[in-house]
Amino acid sequence: MNLRSALPWAAITASTLALSACVANTADAAGSIAVSSSDDACEVSTTETASGTVSFSVTNDGTDVTEFYLLAADGLRIISEVENIGPGLTRDLVVQIGPGDYYTACKPGMVGEGIQAPFTVTDSGADLGPTGERGDLLDQASTDYEAYVRDQVSILVAKTVEFVSAYTAGDDDAARSIYADARVHWERIEPVAEAFGDLDPSMDLREADLAVGEEWTGWHHMEKNLWPPAEGYALTEAERTALGDRLVADTTELAARVNAEDFSVEAFQIGNGAKELLDEVASGKITGEEEIWSGTDLWDFQANLDGALVAFEVLRPAADLTDPALGEEIDGRFAALQSLLSDHGSIEDGFSSYDELSDAEVIELARLVDALGESLSRLTATAVSA
Amino acid sequence: MTTSDEQPTPTAASASTLAAESASGDEARPGVSRRALLGGAGVAAGAAALAGSGGFALGQRTASPLQHRLYDFHGAHQSGIVTPQQDRLHFAAFDVTTDDRDSLIALLRRWSVAAATLMAGSELGGGAAGGSQLAPPDDTGEALDLPASGLTITFGFGPGLFESDGKDRFGLRASRPTQLIDLPHFSGDTLDQAFTGGDLCVQACADDPQVAVHAIRNLARIAFGDAAVKWTQLGFGRTSSTTRAQATPRNFMGFKDGTRNLKAEDADLVDRWVWSANADGQSWMNGGTYLVARRIRILAEIWDRTSLGEQEALVGRTKGSGAPLSGGSEFTEPDFTRAGSDGSRLVAADSHVAIAHPDHNGGAMMMRRGYNFTDGADALGRLDAGLFFLAFMRDPATQFVPLQQKMSRSDAMTVEYLRTTGSAVFAVPPGVPKGTALGPDGGFIGQTLFA
Repeated sequence: MNLRSALPWAAITASTLALSACVANTADAAGSIAVSSSDDACEVSTTETASGTVSFSVTNDGTDVTEFYLLAADGLRIISEVENIGPGLTRDLVVQIGPGDYYTACKPGMVGEGIQAPFTVTDSGADLGPTGERGDLLDQASTDYEAYVRDQVSILVAKTVEFVSAYTAGDDDAARSIYADARVHWERIEPVAEAFGDLDPSMDLREADLAVGEEWTGWHHMEKNLWPPAEGYALTEAERTALGDRLVADTTELAARVNAEDFSVEAFQIGNGAKELLDEVASGKITGEEEIWSGTDLWDFQANLDGALVAFEVLRPAADLTDPALGEEIDGRFAALQSLLSDHGSIEDGFSSYDELSDAEVIELARLVDALGESLSRLTATAVSA
Repeated sequence: MTTSDEQPTPTAASASTLAAESASGDEARPGVSRRALLGGAGVAAGAAALAGSGGFALGQRTASPLQHRLYDFHGAHQSGIVTPQQDRLHFAAFDVTTDDRDSLIALLRRWSVAAATLMAGSELGGGAAGGSQLAPPDDTGEALDLPASGLTITFGFGPGLFESDGKDRFGLRASRPTQLIDLPHFSGDTLDQAFTGGDLCVQACADDPQVAVHAIRNLARIAFGDAAVKWTQLGFGRTSSTTRAQATPRNFMGFKDGTRNLKAEDADLVDRWVWSANADGQSWMNGGTYLVARRIRILAEIWDRTSLGEQEALVGRTKGSGAPLSGGSEFTEPDFTRAGSDGSRLVAADSHVAIAHPDHNGGAMMMRRGYNFTDGADALGRLDAGLFFLAFMRDPATQFVPLQQKMSRSDAMTVEYLRTTGSAVFAVPPGVPKGTALGPDGGFIGQTLFA
């Protein structure tokens, strides 16, 4: 039974307790600790609270952007934080904390140690839940996902070199046959590549995305050259070589960055990445806009789905701590979409061209994409329990 | 237009306005401002909670008194049927995409909670601007700061819910009411499959278009994975009055429409012609009704080139006051026998009034609740506009079909100037009784069907 769905579950669980909920809410309101962060002060409405779920309502009464931290007894380790609070704005920080000594800190201007004050949490006896376990699971998720990204990028480098060799040698048939297969490894990790703001436009810009006067480089320029429109569209050998060399250089740079010591993908980035991959499918692939010349949109579709599935799987153990039903729902929706997509081919054996899909088939796919995307949009918050 | 604006004056004295409205559960209450109700109290206890704070926001905003109207979700009948007709509509037909009965029931439960919350003018779930920074907000937010605006949300079940491609998907085949028919082809129908049919429908009416669109948008979002939008229609002006207090509006042909519509105050007639009862064969529909939806395009440019005299002759009424051509004022009964100086009848036998008048149709009436619509221009630059005909009735086969057959054959106005481009029929189940708790195990719209 599919008991879970998009939005109203919070409302529904609360609604069965309608009357008591009013009471609980009053207590909640009283329990929210007001923080006023000004340019030279950090006023916290109380210096002591009971352990459990504690919520701070942080208002920036200053003139510069501020941050608010809950720090451990050493005044250094960050328990939780809320960043980027613009002047006049209020942001909530909700944190589960056990009894002990802490510090609160506002950091107007986001520099220095901030304005710290001691904060005491007494023992309420409340069960704090598996905070430590979740932390370990999220760390593991990051480790696993980073390894996946590195693996995909290494294959991407090899296949890109193979593709560019064929392309610059003028072997168009070979280049066409490698094109979609090589791009699979890009599309699987696209949100990570997008995070490097300079590489994505250089490698993956579509003609429609070009600004006036902008140089068009990357995969799609070569795509248009390999699957030319009815009216002739040709590039010189020098132009081809320049495009190919640039793509290899960009891909090599991407590999260097994801293998760098400081490369890391936080849990929330993994979850948001999964959602973004589905957004990519919903906005680009299901409309046939991504591969307008080659018609290889379904390869990209499958690759986006693959990448989103990996992101989901690494986060699922942490998400299950909060809400196992969400994991089951996402699992079921991945399976339904994969099953339908498999009717149109596979990466190994090739997919139908986008042009061969009927309107009804596109609608059928789009509906399952929307259903999965809606569920995935809740994965991040559920996994990190924020 | 399609069916008559002609409904007989009730013979029996009707119940007082107040009594009729109480019976329908559709009395309006002064609204409160939109805000997340504490803990979602708007759902089960919402009516009581809101009544207590009635008038909270009156005078604080620039919204008109109409926009502060607030209707109960709970009641013997669903809202949005005999409710005084609001000015704006967003209507959506859905395909059910799940084959699992429990998932369908869960969807109807989520929709019921959401409808009650939206009608109370509250934000869904954790609200539009609250909740986790890492999760999308539960409510899309465009109705923030807007009052409830008289929002009603009405749900219907299409034939596909009972049987689809010969399959009894949800074990409901035996419960399909005989009144839920597949409409026959009517002469002149040029149906676009993009505006035809649907397994479920949601009619959202409000006095603010943003509130109505917000409702459909959020209900569609709640449905992802279980049901998907098949088609939608926006309506920007009512073409009927459903209570006596409302003035008769004009349709896109420029004529007053729905002069003789069934009115909520005529409780006896409403019982007779709108609400399904034991005698109708499917007791789960008791207190429910049937909805016929038709997207009727007006060939506006051609109509506009027609002389005033011909327009009035085709309708059988004057364009200005809406009086029948046989004389009197808007509410005067037409005299179909009165002849002019040349001996021909003042109200022609093939005029819309004559064809559609209840006296010429076995007395049949229905609760019309249509809207003017426009979807911009077509490829030829012509206005794609007309009437989105909505009518609630107890039995489409006897109340709608014969009349429509007659009109599409003989009504000169319909034949020459109207094209029906979309069509659907839905069973509209009864309301969720007052006092019923909503939620994952609670009551929901259509609960009698799944009992």
